[in-house]
Amino acid sequence: MINIPSTFRISFRALKVNKMRSALTMLGIIIGVAAVITMLAVGTGASRKISEQISSIGSNLLIILPGATTSGGVRMVVGAQPTLTISDADAIKKECNAVSDVAPVLNGVAQVVYGHQNWSTGITGTTPSMLIVRDWPLASGRSFADRDVRSATKVCLLGQTVVDGLFGDIDPIGQIIRIKKIPFIVIGVLAKKGQSPQGHDQDDNIYVPVTTAQKKLFGTPFPGMVRIIMVKAKSTEALAPAEKQMNDLLRQRHRIGQKQENDFNVRNLTQMMQVAEQSARVMTLLLGSIASISLLVGGIGIMNIMLVSVTERTREIGIRMSVGAKTWDIRLQFIIEAVTLSLIGGIAGIVLGVSGSKALGILAGWPTIVSPLAVFLSFGFSGLVGVFFGFYPAYKASLFNPIDALRHE
Amino acid sequence: MAIIEAQEITKVYSLGDIDVNALTGVSLAIEKGEFVGIMGPSGSGKSTFMNILGCLDKPTSGKYLLENIDISDLNRDKLAAIRNKKIGFVFQGFNLLPRMSALENVELPMLYDGISAKERKENALEALKKVGLEDRGYHHPNQLSGGQQQRVAIARALVNNAPIIFADEPTGNLDTKTSVEIMKILVDLNTQSNITVILVTHEDNIAAYSRRIIKFLDGSVISDEIR
Ligand SMILES: Nc1ncnc2c1ncn2[C@@H]1O[C@H](COP(=O)(O)OP(=O)(O)O)[C@@H](O)[C@H]1O
Ligand SMILES: [Mg+2]
Repeated sequence: MINIPSTFRISFRALKVNKMRSALTMLGIIIGVAAVITMLAVGTGASRKISEQISSIGSNLLIILPGATTSGGVRMVVGAQPTLTISDADAIKKECNAVSDVAPVLNGVAQVVYGHQNWSTGITGTTPSMLIVRDWPLASGRSFADRDVRSATKVCLLGQTVVDGLFGDIDPIGQIIRIKKIPFIVIGVLAKKGQSPQGHDQDDNIYVPVTTAQKKLFGTPFPGMVRIIMVKAKSTEALAPAEKQMNDLLRQRHRIGQKQENDFNVRNLTQMMQVAEQSARVMTLLLGSIASISLLVGGIGIMNIMLVSVTERTREIGIRMSVGAKTWDIRLQFIIEAVTLSLIGGIAGIVLGVSGSKALGILAGWPTIVSPLAVFLSFGFSGLVGVFFGFYPAYKASLFNPIDALRHE
Repeated sequence: MAIIEAQEITKVYSLGDIDVNALTGVSLAIEKGEFVGIMGPSGSGKSTFMNILGCLDKPTSGKYLLENIDISDLNRDKLAAIRNKKIGFVFQGFNLLPRMSALENVELPMLYDGISAKERKENALEALKKVGLEDRGYHHPNQLSGGQQQRVAIARALVNNAPIIFADEPTGNLDTKTSVEIMKILVDLNTQSNITVILVTHEDNIAAYSRRIIKFLDGSVISDEIR
């Protein structure tokens, strides 16, 4: 019955009369919406980055470290005692049916030379399974084979950063590099992986057969020792059973008695990262809700101005009532006025919030992501704020006694 | 049958501890097509009475029938609908919306009657023509003289074909010449369109346009005569 488009036109004109006042009122909503969008962009960007890191370390990944977390009440440094061996890794692969693949790791740092180029980098001795466990494809060449591990051949795979540092534009496949002065043939280059969750460059690394690392590069206090064992469970659901099976197997292999503590430590990296992702999501929500408080404050600003406006325009309300405006005609007029204010403010806030997020991304280097949902939500929310905070002034106006309103000076 | 029938209407305004008896029991009936002048000194209750008849206000006690409908039973929105369809107001202070053109002011009652934009404009132009202002539709009230503003108000009062027009001192702010023009329009509406006109004034020469004059004093009717 009430004519919405012409009511919009009327309210638009009413707002134009007090341009400065309308603009200042909108400012609250503009800042609120911009804050919501920016905060959500920061939070979403952080969670996205963490998910990317989760997939970069490899899915369904478990890591076994030597040493107990506590020993006789004394906290020990994890990895302090050299207890894991290649045969532990082989046993896990053979006996634990929740495990899909296993890669033992013996690593260290070494000086690498190619021609006149020098590069100090991480060296990881491992088995071909590493690439499967870490979901890490080759960019070129081939991986080393089980045969290379058995006979401790001097072959290596290079990470992208090492290739850039040593070779520049030269194709490294087939070239000979010296690691600790020992010559190695480059047989493959790994695809770019990027930063690890701890923030170090995963591509600044060289992979060699684990046996070669043990015998020729680093040496071991006892035969077959490795620093860590990486394990890929068959599925996310298999992570827990795999952890249990490995626990039982290693306790048995290491002859650990009923009351004794483990001399190894199983870490569920995927789970740890998921916890981090979860907390990033909670942070997003928190940032968003804090920002929406400023949107609420903006709404209170609208209510304030609408109350002033209703009082100032009492006579206009009286005139409208005298020619037949009903309760909801008056209410809608003022609600629509409040909604017009908040929606225009919302649009300006979206523009400001989106460009603010982009600027944060560029200037501060934060991985901000503006999701369409966040834009849609904050626009809808600003409209709701208009309806909610416009209602009371509108309600007040609609209850005026016609003759009193008409006589109002 | 009377279009307006007031029975023992009283109106008391409470101002803190003092009660102002603005109307002390007014009974009268007005037939369709009458031109009634209401006179009396300032403060005698003329406007109070007229606002009750115009459904802008409710009496403290008494009964008011408009076209045989008992107004006291009606809620706000029903009263608004009656003001919209049955009643046109012309006030001393014009009561136009300052930010709207003359045309939009005249369209206002139709806006609340769900009439389409096209029809609103047609009817508003026609109403402006009746008061001789068809060429001033796009002027805003502050671009019009007092007499012209009052004519816009009359156009607004008649645009919904209301059978009754209430005019409370419509010439109070106008000079003699303009007053005569306004009165002529009201008389024409009464004689040509059979609109019931109820006119409040304290000026004898304005009251002279009425066929029936009701005199108020201290909230009650002291004389009611047809000339
Ligand atoms: N809203 C009001 N509150 C209190 N007293 C009022 C109000 N309106 C009118 N009155 C009083 O009622 C009496 C009649 O007023 P009114 O009807 O305006 O007189 P008139 O129109 O004849 O000059 C006056 O004494 C006036 O002071
Ligand atoms: Mg008066």
